[in-house]
Amino acid sequence: MASSAGWAAAWVAEVARVVTADRERLTALDAAIGDADHGANLERGFAAVTSGSTAGGTAGEVLVGVGNTLISRVGGASGPLYGSAFRAMGKALEEPVTGTGFAAAFQAGVEAVGKLGRSAEGDKTMLDALLPASRALAGAVREGCDAREAFRRAAEAALAGARATIPLVARKGRASYLGARSAGHEDPGAASAALIVGALTAAGPAW
Amino acid sequence: MVGVVLVSHSAGLAREAAAFVREIAGDDAVVGWAGGTGDGGLGTSVELIAAAVEGAQRGDGVVVVPDLGSSVLTARLLAEPGVVVVAEAPFVEGALAAAVTAGAGAPLDAVLAAALEAWTFRKG
Repeated sequence: MASSAGWAAAWVAEVARVVTADRERLTALDAAIGDADHGANLERGFAAVTSGSTAGGTAGEVLVGVGNTLISRVGGASGPLYGSAFRAMGKALEEPVTGTGFAAAFQAGVEAVGKLGRSAEGDKTMLDALLPASRALAGAVREGCDAREAFRRAAEAALAGARATIPLVARKGRASYLGARSAGHEDPGAASAALIVGALTAAGPAW
Repeated sequence: MVGVVLVSHSAGLAREAAAFVREIAGDDAVVGWAGGTGDGGLGTSVELIAAAVEGAQRGDGVVVVPDLGSSVLTARLLAEPGVVVVAEAPFVEGALAAAVTAGAGAPLDAVLAAALEAWTFRKG
């Protein structure tokens, strides 16, 4: 099997690809309840990531580097949030990568988002996709699923979580200024989180 | 002397608000600012904020006063207990209260408290 660093680099390269492919959709979602820069911000951030900082001996080191790049390059709220997530996940990911270890590291990344943003599930944020994904991933690993199946379930949970933000009223971020008018729109952060989790399925098995 | 750093999505807003605060708080106050993405756009740059915090550090700590959104999140990333603290306060009133208190020689926790007290200020 390829090195864990190679796997992590493949994951973020796939994230960069899907974020670029879906840039207009993310921007349109953000135009409805935000400031219409989410697609461009993420595209710029992940382009910076793939253009240089994915070097590292282990997956954990690669992910910490990705986090630092996102924090310095995105320029919007998703930079510190996703940056902290990748950094925390990278710090928590031990070698050799196992299913249990991966699920725990993923959870650490998701918890970093909640801690920095002081947000919780149901606030209509990226956490509404990330927390169900983290639970699905951990549950699949506990059941003994292989990486491919665990990632498939996580991706499915993230997509369902993102779609479930549509009726919610935003309690965090710029959308929260809209109050009840934020309902009826999918949260762009949850939508991009679902893309990032979905990219796991294309990156191949991590353990 | 505790430093105060104003952080805004807009370089113009941060610069002018800092000038205004400095004018009222007096020459003794250490007031810095960071705004925008660094390439002229609206947004937040962790490098610019870190540099402003470093520039306002006189050894007694720095209170960062962000405007909203990613300014707050990025400022939180730079927080170090007892060294760099984030005042989640009204931008103008909070920065002004912090700078006046800092200029009077108050310690870090008192400067932070002064900024947070700005939530209770009335316009007159």
